[in-house]
Amino acid sequence: MSDDLSWATSAAIAQAVGAGAVSALNVIDDAFARIEARNPALNAFTTVTADRARRRARAIDAMRDKSKLTLAGVPFAVKNLFDIAGLPTVAGSKINRARPPAQKDSPLIERLEAAGAVLVGALNMGEYAYDFTGENIHDGPSRNPHDIARMTGGSSGGSGAAVGGGLVPLALGSDTNGSIRVPSSLCGTFGLKPTYGRLTRARSFPFVTSLDHLGPFARSTRDLALSYDAMQGYDTEDAACADRAAEPATPKLGQGLDGLRIAVAGGYFRKGASPEALAALERVAKAAGARSEIEIPEAARARAAAYVITATEGAALHLDRLRKQARDFDPAVRDRLIAGAMVPAALVVKAQNFRRWYRERVLELFNSCDAVLAPATPCTAPKIGQQTFMLDGVELPVRPNMGLYTQPISFIGLPVVAVPVPLAPLPIAVQIICAPWREDIALRIAHALEQMGAVQSPKPDL
Amino acid sequence: MPDPKLDDFIAAAARALDLPLEPQWQAAVKANLEVTLRHANLVAEFALPDEAEQAPVYKA
Repeated sequence: MSDDLSWATSAAIAQAVGAGAVSALNVIDDAFARIEARNPALNAFTTVTADRARRRARAIDAMRDKSKLTLAGVPFAVKNLFDIAGLPTVAGSKINRARPPAQKDSPLIERLEAAGAVLVGALNMGEYAYDFTGENIHDGPSRNPHDIARMTGGSSGGSGAAVGGGLVPLALGSDTNGSIRVPSSLCGTFGLKPTYGRLTRARSFPFVTSLDHLGPFARSTRDLALSYDAMQGYDTEDAACADRAAEPATPKLGQGLDGLRIAVAGGYFRKGASPEALAALERVAKAAGARSEIEIPEAARARAAAYVITATEGAALHLDRLRKQARDFDPAVRDRLIAGAMVPAALVVKAQNFRRWYRERVLELFNSCDAVLAPATPCTAPKIGQQTFMLDGVELPVRPNMGLYTQPISFIGLPVVAVPVPLAPLPIAVQIICAPWREDIALRIAHALEQMGAVQSPKPDL
Repeated sequence: MPDPKLDDFIAAAARALDLPLEPQWQAAVKANLEVTLRHANLVAEFALPDEAEQAPVYKA
């Protein structure tokens, strides 16, 4: 492992700590020094958990069999909608600061710590996750490590900034409509949105339970796979968590592209894409040997249905807070939620009915291919505060439209790995989309592309 | 064209739902509702059989 811990992978840290070449406490202290130095510019962290992290690091250092821990001594942080024992789960809001402290950690934190990882803090996010920008009216915007005048993307903006900025090698975020994949694209990190129902969402603050997913950010595919494997497993506490045995992806990571049929999504997924998004897609498609183009049917309608379900379920979740504390919301979030509360129920039922129809049609596509490539975002990171951008010659608002290409995919819960293409001056990601429960294939393709040098998490000049 | 009747709908819905709606919020709420209804109608106009039903607990 290099002396530069700012860019060390989780795998390298775990190997070094496991072998006793470096202490977990040394790694954690180094992470806190970096957070202290860089966070004033990036605004990724909203809380650091120094005391518990150092206690945990000392406990790992005292273990005799730490070489068995797949994430020994790996510092990680979580979007501040995950429960952390002893802290209120703020979910990017002012209102939730009055909540009582969480009694227990989220099970995903527990599972990562059981594998040897060390929680070092909580991360900035868009209010109540209703966001694609990474801006937050209460905590200030998280800032893009490749240009701090630009957005991180949201809503897991702090997760993108923390990993892309070298503060930690691993972070967790949530993805309802693209909130892992959009910041991964803008900040140049790898991101995994697993199959809906794969990872438990227990003890995390919800947004849209029909669509909510949790998943990791990392700077390598191996780190994504290691953390994903550590977090798998059924949990009765989450009604949507599938009763399914863990299917480790790490052992399959090096199987290469042989035998895989990879296609590129056309039609809707090219319309509105910037030259950078198309260049990244072309680079990844060429490296992956993706020759055929397929049409995902009714993708625009799928995105529309996801939009409706998000607005209305989000409004239902926050109805009481809207009645009593409307002025304490970010106005941009409040006005969307109030509008969502007013959408007639018949239209919401139709959106849910359509979801099932669309799922059947899209799953048919996987009879003839194993993975589909599509842009993650229509463009590279816009400027912080930028309200509109031009897509396909049309001026559109930034906030809802950054998820143009991610929403039709998470709408039916397909697993996706977002892979960063290090274009200059700003990175942009491509989605590798697979059939349900085939995270292993998406990670395997991402790993092969990474080995070829086609995708890479670019190191910012900080 | 924005639908002026939507203002009446918003006022009535806010009363029915007991939602506060300060005058300066009206324009943004209306703009958001117009966009959401446009999306909802795009979905609703898609013909599905009467038997099409949603998944009670969605499974991918």
